[in-house]
Amino acid sequence: MRYVLKKTGVLLVTLLLISLLAFLAFQIIPGDPTAKLLGNDYTPERAAALRHEMGLDRNVFVRYWDWLTGFVTGDMGASYSYGMRVAEVMEGKGVVTAALSLMAWLLVIAISVPLGIALARWQGRRIDRVFVAMNQVFMAIPPFFLGIVFTYVFGLVLKLFVPGGFVRPQESFWGFLGYLAFPALAIAIPKAAMVTKLLRSSILDQMDEDYVRTAYSRGNSRWGVLRGHVLRNAILPVVTFLAMTLADIVAGSIIVEQVFALPGLGRLLLASIGNRDYPVVQCIVVIIAALVVFMNYLADVVTQTIDPRIRLG
Amino acid sequence: MKLRHNKNFTAGAAITAVMLLIILVGLVWTPYDPNAMNGAAKRLAPCLTHPLGTDNFGRDILSRVVEGAGATFLIAAATVAIGLAAGLVIGGLTGYYGGWLDEIVMRLNDALAAFPSILLALVLIALMGGGKYNIILALGLLFIPSFARVVRGEVARQKSQDYVALAKLMGAGDMRVLFRHILPNIVPVLLPSVAIGFNNAVLAEASMSYLGVGVQPPDASLGRMLNEAQGYLLTAPWYALSAGAAIILLVLGFGLLSEGMGGDYGAA
Amino acid sequence: MALLDIRDLHVTFLSTGKEAVRGVDLTVEPGQRLGLVGESGSGKTVTAMALSGLIERWNVDMSGQVLFDGRDLLTCSRDQLRKIQGRDIGVVFQEPMTSLNPLMRVGRQVEEVLKIHTDLSPDERRAKALEAMAQVGLPDPERTYEKYPHQLSGGQRQRAVIASAMVIRPRLLICDEPTTALDVTVQAQILSLLKSFSTDHGVAILLISHDLRVVRRLCERVAVMHRGRIVERGDTDAVFADPQEEYTKRLIAAIPQRKRHG
Repeated sequence: MRYVLKKTGVLLVTLLLISLLAFLAFQIIPGDPTAKLLGNDYTPERAAALRHEMGLDRNVFVRYWDWLTGFVTGDMGASYSYGMRVAEVMEGKGVVTAALSLMAWLLVIAISVPLGIALARWQGRRIDRVFVAMNQVFMAIPPFFLGIVFTYVFGLVLKLFVPGGFVRPQESFWGFLGYLAFPALAIAIPKAAMVTKLLRSSILDQMDEDYVRTAYSRGNSRWGVLRGHVLRNAILPVVTFLAMTLADIVAGSIIVEQVFALPGLGRLLLASIGNRDYPVVQCIVVIIAALVVFMNYLADVVTQTIDPRIRLG
Repeated sequence: MKLRHNKNFTAGAAITAVMLLIILVGLVWTPYDPNAMNGAAKRLAPCLTHPLGTDNFGRDILSRVVEGAGATFLIAAATVAIGLAAGLVIGGLTGYYGGWLDEIVMRLNDALAAFPSILLALVLIALMGGGKYNIILALGLLFIPSFARVVRGEVARQKSQDYVALAKLMGAGDMRVLFRHILPNIVPVLLPSVAIGFNNAVLAEASMSYLGVGVQPPDASLGRMLNEAQGYLLTAPWYALSAGAAIILLVLGFGLLSEGMGGDYGAA
Repeated sequence: MALLDIRDLHVTFLSTGKEAVRGVDLTVEPGQRLGLVGESGSGKTVTAMALSGLIERWNVDMSGQVLFDGRDLLTCSRDQLRKIQGRDIGVVFQEPMTSLNPLMRVGRQVEEVLKIHTDLSPDERRAKALEAMAQVGLPDPERTYEKYPHQLSGGQRQRAVIASAMVIRPRLLICDEPTTALDVTVQAQILSLLKSFSTDHGVAILLISHDLRVVRRLCERVAVMHRGRIVERGDTDAVFADPQEEYTKRLIAAIPQRKRHG
């Protein structure tokens, strides 16, 4: 319990630090946002008035505090380029990215856990050697290239989906998931290769431990040893890695959304970088960064509930 | 290190060597001018005169892939150079002196390392703008923490060795001990990190350029080419496949090299 | 009939080509305690692993016979072997620190052998495990049952390992350097525990050790192993009083006069 409290404290401090860094980073950018907002109407007087209206003339830490309190209450400020609140701009986008990432992550687990166990079970056989070699290649494929290949093979040739198409979840939930399936697979496959490799070698490492010999000496079958003893030990490092992987997947979805033209946070982020719409960029960055830190926190907490050596000290 | 009996190392070295050879040759000679357009030879499928076909403007894809691979490799090399140089200085000093500065720098390192590098790269690009030089700078900055971490750990380990005490006894100053005596000894540990650095840099450059915030036309790069190729996927799929295969080979080569030298490809 | 009858056992490792065991003959009668001594590398542990079926068969070339209760363990199938492992032959390993699963409660590991080989209900298994844990002298079995290995001391862990092997009353207990990793005082306790178990329940013990003093404490018979062969065997007292072989004399001479660790 104390462990969880301590980790939670660290989490909160880290989140604050991230938000502060992100806020400061976008304050030191050269250039005056009012110039962009006013366009041809720009006069120094109007700019000064707008600056006052936007609160840009106040102390930077006061503005940080305002922004932060706004952020946690759901008011993320005004977009520069869309003439809307940031929250409105982002509406519906987060769902796409979240669903895509979650789907990819579940796919990673669904592929790598059975495969990793199977390969460890078949260690040294030809099928194991073939898969281990294939793993190395799959790890080297950039997800966005896999996305392009999928677009060609499944979209253009086999016509399983319309490239560039999208169904909003409100229209058809299953259609929505269907359009996320191939992007999710493109993100998942290289990651699944890494997790498979990690799980396989983790299991094989554990198989050399003394307690495994003890378990065999009691008359356990190979499967009994694997399921009853080895797996729980072998999964520990994998849990941590899987949590970090979700963060990577969210980042990876930024690019893959672009490949499949999915209207998620990633596309919005890139468009906003192009438009120099800093409030939107800042917001998305903080959300993704917070997610990363939170996932690492969850991994720590989950690991400690599995591992009595940490839980009970 | 038993490199000779190591399948990963052998395969990685072979792939990397072939790619580098192709890139080197490409610097002085390519089958066609990579930018020469030919209205009579648009979107040709791979054939004898154009082994990888031609693109929408009739440009020879093999020549373009060779040129793009060279550009991607050079960007990766520059990125790794920045990350490595700064990592050596920061990691060397913090590892050698330790103390509170070390604590602060390493905490900062941990915080940065926890982020997906694509996201940080995009933030830097948002702040600095895109383009070839900015992408080198942004990725180079991103690579500093991982190099600094490796260097710091190894320097801290080496500084208690006898030869360091001996060098000090001979009257060598701190800087001389650190850079002349210790640094050469950490090279073996550093090599896998350098290889994995290339691996990550190639991937990052390809991603950034594919997104359109990296290398800008008319400069070529593999990511940039994939971006263009996606538009002609139905009529000229070999364009995307060639560029993608080149990226995979570069990444795979460096990844296997790193693993062959004891690095942890995949978990990075 | 002897409980265990090893006839001309040869074990060669395929990976290195090394013949670790070169023609060993050995018998253990029911309830008998036999010590197998020798230096490290003499082949004693390999012999023990071979007869407990814990050597990966694809890794070694084995010939000869290992008759347990008249059945040859070298030729019986993996499934037949598993029915004997744990139930008829229990093993106690050298390293109590690592021979328990770190993520499994101690009690669960003690009763696992019952789960594999009997139809007892969970409650019955638990009761038997608690009884065994009390017999090996683990303090407060109810609480120790719920603990994890890292919460026990080295001696307690070895008691737990012994409890996990003895809970089903095997007919043969193979102990591979069971006390080497422990303090001298704990060593003595564990040895007397093994001895009383053996006499109370008629369990035969095959003790593997490099330490003649340990063998002398526990076993009535001893076999000395050297370079894969048995060079001398007999009643423990007789061998100590009048060793025939040069190698045995050296081993006895090497025993320090005062007790020491390890």
